[in-house]
Amino acid sequence: MPFIKALVAACLGVSSVIALAQEAPDGDARRGQKLFVADGCYQCHGYQGQGSNAGSKLAPNPLPYAAMAVLVRQPRARMPAYSSTILPDQDLADIHAYLATIPRAKAVDDIPLLRGARSTLP
Amino acid sequence: MEYEPKQGVQRRGFLKGAAVGGLTAAVAPLTTVAQQNDAGSNTTAVREGPRNVGATPPNVETTDRPEGVVLASGGSDYMVDVIRALGIEYFAATPGNTFMGLHESVVNYGMTTAPNLRFITTMHEEASVAMAHGYAKIEGKPMACAFHATVGTQHAAMAIYNAYCDRVPIFMMTGAGIEADKRKSTVEWSHTVVDGPGMVRDFTKWDDTPGNLTGFGESAARAWRFAMTPPYGPVLLAVDVPMQEDEIPGGEAGRPPVPKLPSIHPPSADANTVREIARLLVNAEHPVISVDRCARTPAGLQMTVELAELLAAPVSDSGNRMGFPWRHPLNQGRRFGELRRQADVLLALEPGNPFGLVTSGNPDGTLRRALGDKATSITISSADLYPKGNYQNLQRYADMVDMAIQADAQATLPFLIEEVKRLLPASRSKYEARARAFADNHKQDFEASLDAARYGWDATPISMPRLAMEMYEVMKTEDWSLLSHHYWQSSWSQRLWDADKHHQFIGGSGADGVGYTSPASLGAALANQKYGRLSVAVVGDGDLMFGPGTLWTAAHEQIPILYIVHNNRAYHQEIMQMQAISNRRQRGVDRAAIGCVITDPDINYAMLARSMGVYSEGPIENPRDLGPALRRAVAQVRKGEPALIDVVSQGR
Ligand SMILES: Cc1ncc(C[n+]2csc(CCOP(=O)(O)OP(=O)(O)O)c2C)c(N)n1
Repeated sequence: MPFIKALVAACLGVSSVIALAQEAPDGDARRGQKLFVADGCYQCHGYQGQGSNAGSKLAPNPLPYAAMAVLVRQPRARMPAYSSTILPDQDLADIHAYLATIPRAKAVDDIPLLRGARSTLP
Repeated sequence: MEYEPKQGVQRRGFLKGAAVGGLTAAVAPLTTVAQQNDAGSNTTAVREGPRNVGATPPNVETTDRPEGVVLASGGSDYMVDVIRALGIEYFAATPGNTFMGLHESVVNYGMTTAPNLRFITTMHEEASVAMAHGYAKIEGKPMACAFHATVGTQHAAMAIYNAYCDRVPIFMMTGAGIEADKRKSTVEWSHTVVDGPGMVRDFTKWDDTPGNLTGFGESAARAWRFAMTPPYGPVLLAVDVPMQEDEIPGGEAGRPPVPKLPSIHPPSADANTVREIARLLVNAEHPVISVDRCARTPAGLQMTVELAELLAAPVSDSGNRMGFPWRHPLNQGRRFGELRRQADVLLALEPGNPFGLVTSGNPDGTLRRALGDKATSITISSADLYPKGNYQNLQRYADMVDMAIQADAQATLPFLIEEVKRLLPASRSKYEARARAFADNHKQDFEASLDAARYGWDATPISMPRLAMEMYEVMKTEDWSLLSHHYWQSSWSQRLWDADKHHQFIGGSGADGVGYTSPASLGAALANQKYGRLSVAVVGDGDLMFGPGTLWTAAHEQIPILYIVHNNRAYHQEIMQMQAISNRRQRGVDRAAIGCVITDPDINYAMLARSMGVYSEGPIENPRDLGPALRRAVAQVRKGEPALIDVVSQGR
């Protein structure tokens, strides 16, 4: 994942990225799903991590844990910062594990209402 | 003929008798609108009588004044004639005895003679004003509303502020008890204020407390004229109670003429300025147009499109009105950030927030210039012609504006279009290439929106794009009108629907005062009714509970509208902010829901609607159930009735 590493490194400095990456604990997706709601992630990112005008899309295919940790701990835009005091690494790993379980979305062509809308394109 | 009191004949009893013999004929005044300038015939001389003759229990509000006296004419009948002459069709109110004379004239005279002035019963003064707010954005003219002195005005205040910030004309009235010795004890004193309009003066365009009926006529015409001069705004007349209730001084012979209305001609930019703007736009390599509350009428929308097409200029629409067709290839709203960075000319039409157009925030909270370094920024704004202090809805001062033109943008557009046409070179190739590039962008953005819409498509709670597309499926073959702001649903309707008519979208509240959407959309639906349009509003559960009585008004007045409750079981906007502040203080979000969620118990909005006579379904949790429910609801609306669907849905 060189691109993500470079991106994160640019934000934080190389050493802290390595530290974060090394600390990634195993995640419990079931617990993560509950935390995703309890910790308010759903409010801006949607219950399926699909994103909204208040928060970006997180899933499917979430960012690697290390990159996500950077954006959660030291967010760049409107995202409120979640320090490890209020969101321990284990909780974050569980949330990450949950996001990783979110299945691929159906294709536009497999959703009649969206396929219909696309057919109006010139 | 000298007036002779008929002792013992109460006015109410008189009206009852009149109903038997045909209400219209019996209670019609001595002149009608058609005869309004023909006072003098059929006159009855009137004696100035004391208002409070007879036993009135203290502390009781009563409309029988003066007691035991029968009147031959009423000042408020004249007021009704004036209101009708302003082209006003509806009068919304929650009753109160400081405007009971007027109320009685509306129902017994205005509603029974042509042209009809219909009384709309509301369950909160805020709803009366908000209904008029929504109505004006569809109909392009004010409707009337009235509220009780002091207490009613206090309730109405926030809705007035919304309308003021949203630049919407409303003709408002309240009572006034100018002569102290004519007020009854207790309640009438607490419902009297020396300067009633003063409570809301900061955010009304103009107000007056006329001293007599002639003054009322003139003030009403002046109020209408100010309300309808851009920037539009709400106006308020405080009307003396005895002036409404008592006979016209001098009887019918004394009936003042109904003032004539002028046509309104808003100011456009002067010829030299127009020429200069046209020159800049035609010569620009990267012109950008930003539209806000520019299109006051369908013609305004058409002209904005014409200007953009002539120049092949990208357009970004603020969402405060139908500023630009949503699927027009030049609609480049999603790219405004990059466009303004490249821009060499930015033309902002009636910008509500010029500072926000030229400035952007850095992640660390500092600000930077968002506009290209060499860009010339131009604003055309009628709001500049009407500055007021105190309320800070002006937004921050934009010192990066190069040309600030104090004029109405819509009134300026015809001249600007002519001038652009004159200056455009014969060879259109530069513009055509630009148009093609923007059409490609637009297509890509639409594809990206379709792609983003599929995530969470089958989720419960129901996703916002799913809600938008299920709605559109039942609406798209109709002449639809979306009467709520799309922001609350992450703007999916604006991203995915095709809207190109002025009435298809009316923006939001203006001042972000919650409680607007439910009543304002109903007022807009009232205006849409005569055009046979399908009125649809997505209302927040929080918004609806600010004034659920609106549902009763919808049923009672038989106003066809489809309400969809965006039931995220929260004051969702607030919970997001609570989360941010709790985190900043390192306290976590465990308790952030307190005060922000609307659960325990969950509210059953379908039951609530049914209790007030509104067809309803829900709560709908499975997205598969949504389409069929919407179809059934639309069928109900097509019968001329309101309907409500409660959709358990995601936050944004
Ligand atoms: C009169 C008023 N009171 C409070 C607020 C603060 N406020 C802004 S949005 C909001 C929540 C509105 O809830 P709802 O209509 O359900 O929309 P949601 O944010 O849940 O989508 C509140 C309370 C306001 N803007 N206006």
